[in-house]
Order: sequence, then structure tokens, then C-alpha cells
Amino acid sequence: MDKLTQVHTASHCQLKESKRAVNSLRDFVDDEDDDDLERVSWSGEPVGSISWSIKETAGNSGSSQEGREQLKSRNSFSTYAQLPKPTSTYSLSSFFRGRTRPGSFQSLSDALSDVPAKSYAPELGRPKGEYRDYSNDWSPSDTVWRLRKGKVCSLERFRSLQDKLRLLEEAVSVHDGNVITAVLIFLKRTLSKETLFRELEVRQVALRHLIHFLKEIGDQKLLLDLFRFLDRTEELALSHYREHLNIQDPEKRKEFLKTCIGLPFSAEDSAHIQDHYTLLERQIIIEANDRHLESAGQTEIFRKHPRKASILNMPLVTTLFYSCFYHYTEAEGTFSSPVNLKKTFKIPDKQYVLTALAARAKLRAWHDVDALFTTKNWLGYTKKRAPIGFHRVVEILHKNSAPVQILQEYVNLVEDVDTKLNLATKFKCHDVVIDTCRDLKDRQQLLAYRSKVDKGSAEEEKIDAILNSSQIRWKN
Amino acid sequence: MAAHLSYGRVNLNVLREAVRRELREFLDKCAGSKAIVWDEYLTGPFGLIAQYSLLKEHEVEKMFTLKGSRLPAADVKNIIFFVRPRLELMDIIAENVLSEDRRGPTRDFHILFVPRRSLLCEQRLKDLGVLGSFIHREEYSLDLIPFDGDLLSMESEGAFKECYLESDQTSLYHAAKGLMTLQALYGTIPQIFGKGECARQVANMMIRMKREFTGSQNSIFPVFDNLLLLDRNVDLLTPLATQLTYEGLIDEIYGIQNSYVKLPPEKFVPKKQGDAGKDLPTEAKKLQLNSAEELYAEIRDKNFNAVGSVLSKKAKVISAAFEVNSYIEDCIAQKHPLIKVLRLVCLQSVCNSGLKQKVLDYYKREILQTYGYEHILTLYNLEKAGLLKPQTGGRNNYPTIRKTLRLWMDDVNEQNPTDISYVYSGYAPLSVRLAQLLSRPGWRSIEEVLRILPGPHFEERQPLPTGLQKKRQPGENRVTLIFFLGGVTFAEIAALRFLSQLEDGGTEYVIATTKLMNGATWIESLMEKPF
Repeated sequence: MDKLTQVHTASHCQLKESKRAVNSLRDFVDDEDDDDLERVSWSGEPVGSISWSIKETAGNSGSSQEGREQLKSRNSFSTYAQLPKPTSTYSLSSFFRGRTRPGSFQSLSDALSDVPAKSYAPELGRPKGEYRDYSNDWSPSDTVWRLRKGKVCSLERFRSLQDKLRLLEEAVSVHDGNVITAVLIFLKRTLSKETLFRELEVRQVALRHLIHFLKEIGDQKLLLDLFRFLDRTEELALSHYREHLNIQDPEKRKEFLKTCIGLPFSAEDSAHIQDHYTLLERQIIIEANDRHLESAGQTEIFRKHPRKASILNMPLVTTLFYSCFYHYTEAEGTFSSPVNLKKTFKIPDKQYVLTALAARAKLRAWHDVDALFTTKNWLGYTKKRAPIGFHRVVEILHKNSAPVQILQEYVNLVEDVDTKLNLATKFKCHDVVIDTCRDLKDRQQLLAYRSKVDKGSAEEEKIDAILNSSQIRWKN
Repeated sequence: MAAHLSYGRVNLNVLREAVRRELREFLDKCAGSKAIVWDEYLTGPFGLIAQYSLLKEHEVEKMFTLKGSRLPAADVKNIIFFVRPRLELMDIIAENVLSEDRRGPTRDFHILFVPRRSLLCEQRLKDLGVLGSFIHREEYSLDLIPFDGDLLSMESEGAFKECYLESDQTSLYHAAKGLMTLQALYGTIPQIFGKGECARQVANMMIRMKREFTGSQNSIFPVFDNLLLLDRNVDLLTPLATQLTYEGLIDEIYGIQNSYVKLPPEKFVPKKQGDAGKDLPTEAKKLQLNSAEELYAEIRDKNFNAVGSVLSKKAKVISAAFEVNSYIEDCIAQKHPLIKVLRLVCLQSVCNSGLKQKVLDYYKREILQTYGYEHILTLYNLEKAGLLKPQTGGRNNYPTIRKTLRLWMDDVNEQNPTDISYVYSGYAPLSVRLAQLLSRPGWRSIEEVLRILPGPHFEERQPLPTGLQKKRQPGENRVTLIFFLGGVTFAEIAALRFLSQLEDGGTEYVIATTKLMNGATWIESLMEKPF
């Protein structure tokens, strides 16, 4: 994190410098509406920008006083008001001659009208092309052309499967999403599910488009049927599972998760889904129970550390932390005991110890921390071990403001000497530093450290005693 | 005119003006006073095209964000909805229309779909009974938005997911349309090169679209010599690595959006005692960043030394498997942001052509237990995108690619760089190296590597009418439009700009993409979010 702070400061300084430089260049820079760098309103939006304007104009009868002032002063040297409007040489739509923009009055969905094409009285002098509009005899490519222009177009003429497929192929070849969707809607309505699926199975682009379309309109049922047909079992399972994110009520979500078990996930994922269900099931029970305890007001831990949030839908490790915090001493039999969680979800020792440590350290329960690492070997002697490396233990203890004596004890257990020395120095565990320097026979470092301890302190005395000792063969 | 858009080789103001004109025309169609109801997502991109002043010129008096229930009161003749074609937005619009106060003065409704109308959306409006309420219902083809003198983006967040996970061609279609617009304004591009499946699709669409407009000859003298289309998945590594150029770092840490950087408010807290407590900014402050700031332009692409050594060390540590594994495990154990963890895991996977099954399973379990089981979906997406996968037993091709394309350079001079590898303190972005080699000596020299990288590579020629053949002056550089399908990072932009300003480089680049991104926003677009 230190480096990151460096970066923050450094980049801020450079930004400041560049700002200063730009201000001095102001006179040379074309004053245009969006080149304005300094005019940032206190809400953070550049004045005159669209997002700023939304804030300013919405809700009030007019722009704020401040806003109006600033707009006025800017407009005083904005150039566009004085210059004549640039002559219109380019208009995007003029380039796409031969493709008229969809008229304002045509609805694209009218293209799907079941009503047969209206019959109009033929008018004299009408260009041949337009006359064709009233004909009933359009080829697939003509139809697709009309669909792209949003013209009224009945697709009912395409009766045989052959015709429908030719229409689909034509739609796909022009890549226009709206047209493909229109044709697919028509096919969905006029073909049996099996036929539709069978034909699309061999038409990749149309198939993908159909999947996308079904997702967009939320037709989950047909989508799952499709995946089942295509034997895309994993996608089927995941697509079904994804729906749980839409269910807010915990009981309903739990019931839904139950339906996910047994779906054709991969072996690994099946286990995870099962765990997900089990976890939520437990959380519901724990949540109900703890809410009750909390409101009864008799339980000390809840009184001293009121819960800030519900445990529902929290990840497993968070739940374990919660359990180690509020239910540490409970026997294995209860759903809320840490040991029970460990067993049910097969939480590895490393993860368990880390989480328990974090929870007990937060509560400043140093005895519990001690017990976590103490084991009795076969001779009955106690020994401290950790599956996570004692340097991590020290870091977590320090994060929770453990007293120096406690820190010191664990710093001493760090195996790697350099790390031990670093940590001891960082956390001011004087005794450890002194002892380690002595063990390393590093006189220089000990001397250097002497200047860091308080004058006249016990540490200073200790250092002096060691330095004066004749028994140590210093290496430097 | 936006000054910063015309300093480059290609004057992108022409595009901007054309796009502004379309907007003006539409606004004038809805005659009289008006209020615009904005799909919030669009305010950013539109801000690069037009300021409120332009809208005001066309009688836009009020602006609101699209929200449910009733529209705010406003004494205007027209209400115009500016929206993306999304079904959920149609529901909100219908609510607005249906709860309109009948007793008040009648207001005309219009809707502008950006960038395209959608059949499904109109069907939805019809189903909700409001379709007939709209007088003007049009689309505004804002495909490519000019961000800087040499930079265009579609700002399509979902493009990567659509293209590579769902094989959906919608974004590609928009890319093709954007390119057709560019050609209409800047002339037909005589040569198209590409690498990747999506690149091939876009080229096909372009050729087909061109065929449909035969008859209207494009008489504009071509500005671009080449177009290079590149699939994002040809180079998955570059967006994952931390960005070391100034702009890249700012983007990484503070997030650049639409050429504005949001700096945290605490950076602007007044230093003086007396001012403390007064009007403290609560929102992140926005500062505009683009090359209009001359000094900024100069330092922007310089490498950031302070962090360089630490981060480059991390980047090089990829191959030291043991270190990386335990570093990643520690990050998970300390519950670092999930995006960071995912990035590291993907980085490891991409560099080693996959992870050992045991390692992959282990990471997956740790991630699910620490961050939640719903991330099964996220991990599936990452796997499908090719970012996270088990080792297949085939050989790891990455070292070959690295060596042949000289992606790792050991002697990097960050103050006076001579090679694009300076952008990542010694690592040259693969995508940019491909572009560089295409320019000189050509892709024939790296046929073997190209075959290892995913997707086809190809070349197409578009015939120009006689008289418009481009004759280059001696010493004049070629202009290549390079289009990243699936997103581009600021480091890649910096590298391309570096190439552009080389004395005898031979090629100047204009960069286009579906989205400007960094590794974090990219991974985020692949995560499943609760609704």
C-alpha cells in the first residue's frame, strides 16, 4: 500500500503542474465549449457539460444563479455565436443514398403484421419501383430489403419450410439484427419447437441470435428447452442457476437452489452448488436465531458488538468469521458453531485458523489466539504451530492493535530470521530485535538499534550489557 | 470546433461536425421548445459531441435523467427520450408516458434510439400501449465517437462479452457501420488487413455494405492507406498487465471515463485551516484530459518511474510459479478486491497457456468460498473467454510468441525510449507489435506466429475509382486506422502514438475501438452481477 500512496501523490503533483502549465497556455488555446478545463463546478461536473446541465435544469424553473453567471461569462468569448454556421457539406444521411432512413411513422414491428398487404388504387406516373410495393410477389431478398427499411411487410406468404429457411438465410446474410429478429419471431410463431430447433442447430449465426433474443426477452423456459435440445448441458445448468440472482426472498432463493442440485454441472461445480444450498439453509437458521437473541438483549456478545448486517447470502468465509466472532465456544452440534461449519464444508485448516484468528483478534481475546496455536505433543509438552506462517499471525495481530507483549511472543516464533528482524523492528519488539542481533552476532546492527531505543530504558541497558559481554564473538 | 481533434494527421472534426449536424437536424424536426430525457449512459458519449450550449441553440430548455413514474413538470412543447435500445428502458419510458398529467398542457413525445432502433423495443412499447404516442421515432447512428485527434471509440461496454462469449454480431455490425461512416467522410480505405474471427466478420460486412451502395461513387480522396482489424483475443495478456504509462496509471487508479478523470475529492481539500469544513466536495471532481493540455500530452505517455520497478518485477514474476501461486493465495486470504484476484489468476493462466487442473480447482474453490458461490458464473465466463483454462497437455506456445515477436526487452530506457516495450517497463504489447510488423516488413515474416494466434488472418483490397489512387509524397507517412474489436488499453494507445512520432517510422496511426478500457473494467464486464 505504500507504493500506491506514492503513486497517488506523484500523479497528483504532476496533474497540478500540468494544470498550471495549461493555464498559462490559455491564450493560445482555441476557446471552445469543451476545451474548458478550469470550469468545474463544485459538484464536480464541468460547467456547460450535459451532465452538469441535467443537474442544473432538472427540477428547477431555470438554471441556478451560479450556473447562469458562468454560462454568461463563457458565452462572452465563445466564438460560435458570432461566426456564421459552417456550410452544410456533409450530412451523414445524404451519404447513404439508396437507403432511406426508416420513416418516422413506420413501426418496425408493423413489418410483422398479419394483415395482408393493403391494396391501393394504382396511381398514374408512379415510378415502377414503388409500384412494386403493392405486389404480393416478393422474393426473400426483396422482403429482407423491405424489412430493413421498416416497410410494411407480411411474411405469411412464406408458407413452406423451404421458403421460411430461405428467408432466414437471406436475413442472416445482411447481418442486420432487427431483420434477423423479425424473421425469428415469425419462425418461432409458425414452426413447431422441434423443427425450429432442428433447423437452427445447423445455422450457427441464426442460432446465436435466437439465444441472444430469448435472453433479451427473458423467455427462460424456451431457452432451457433449446439448451437441452442442443445437449449444451453445462450452459443449461448455469443458465438455470443464474436465475437465483433474481430472487430476493431468502426462503424462495433457498428452494430455488435446491432445484439446481442434480443439474448437469461439472463434477466440481455440482459440489459447489450443493454447498451453496447448504450454506443458505444454515444461514437462514442462524439469522433467525441470532436476531431473536439480539432483540432479547440477554446475550453479552450481541450487546457489546451489535450486528451491523444480516448473515444471509454472505460468502462461506464471511459466515465462518461471523461464527467465530459470535459463536466461538459452541459445541459441534449447533449449526452456528465454527467447528460445525468447518466439518460440513470441509474448510481446510489454513483457512480456518486464519479466520478464527482474525475474529478472536478483533475481540482482543488473546487467550483464544494462544489456544489456536498451542498443541500438545505426545510427551505432553505444548508447542506452538501455525499452518499459515507466524509472520501472517503477527500482521493480523498488529492490525487489531494487539499489545506489544503479545506481538512480541509471535514475532519470536517467525522462522525466517530476516523476516523476524524486519517485523520486530517494524513493530518495536525491542527484546526480539536485541536477542536476534545477539544470536546473529551482528554488532553493527545492535549498535544502530541502540540509538532507536529510549535513553535510560531497560532496553538500552540490556543492549549495553550484551555489547560489553566478552563471551560473544561478534562478526562485525 | 474542438481544437484537440484536428491536430492529428486526420481531422476528426469532420466526423464530429457531421455527427453534430445529424443531432441538430433531429432536434429541429421536433419544432418548438423541448426537454430531453436522458438514458444516463449516453450523457458521457454525447458530452464529447455536443455541449449544452448546442442543445440550447435548438430550444432545449430542460434536461432530465430517465427515471420511473411521472416526468417532472416542464413548460415545453416537446419531450424527447434519448435512449439505448434496451427493453428495461422501454418499460420506464412507458411509465413516464402513461402517467403524464392530462390536465396540464399537452406535450409531444419523441424518441431517439442510439445507435439503432430495435424491433424488440418497439414491440415492447406497442405491447405497453404507448407506441402510438410518439411522433418522431428515429435512430441516431452514433457509432464511433472521436475522443482525441487520433482516437475513436464506440464505448460499447458489452462488446467483448458479446463477441467472444456469446458470438453475437451486434457490436461487429455497429463497428462495420462506423467504418462505413468514416469511409463516407474520409474516403474508401484501399487495403484492409485483419487478424481474428471477428475481424473477418467485420471485413465481410464492410464489403457487403459497400456493394449495396454501388451507384453512389465515393469521390473523396482517401485519407487512410490501411485498415487493420484486430480481435481482442489475439492479445489477452496486455489488458491484464498493470499499466505503467501516466495515462494508463491514472485510468487504472482513478478511472478515465469519456476523457474526464474523476479524482477523489480528498485531493482537493483546501489546505488552509480556515477553509476546513466549508463546502467540502463530496463527489469526485472531474477534470478533462485530452491532448488540449499541451504539457499533459507530453508527459502523458511517459513511463511512470516511481512504480515502474515494483510493477515490472511483478509482471516478470509470472514464470516463477511458486511465488505467484502463494501471492495470489495471500490476496484471496486477505480478501483483496475480487477483480484484482481474477486479473492475477488470468494473467498466470494466459502466460502459461493454462493452469494445472489442480491449481485451477484450488483457486476456484478459494474464490467461491471467499467471495461467494455465485461467481461460478463469473469463472465460467472467464473460461469461455479463454482467460482462464486448464492446461490441455499441448505445448505452451507463449514462450515462442514472446521470443519471435521480441515482447520482453531487458534493456529498457524509460526516459528516452526507442522501443514500444517502454509502456510496460520492458514488455511490448503483442497487439502493437503485430501492427508494427505489418507496417514493416509485413506479416509474411511472422507467418508461423500468426498461425499460433487465434483466428484467421487476411488481406482485402477495395478498388478505388481511377484518379483517386493515393500517391504518397517521398517521406510522407502512411496512415493506418487500427481497430481493436473488444477494447483497447491506454498502454496500447501510448505505444501506437510512440510509433507514430518516430522519425522514420513510416506509419501514423489512428486508433479505433469498441471500448476504451483497463484490465479492471474489462474483467468487471465479464462478472455476473446480482440484479
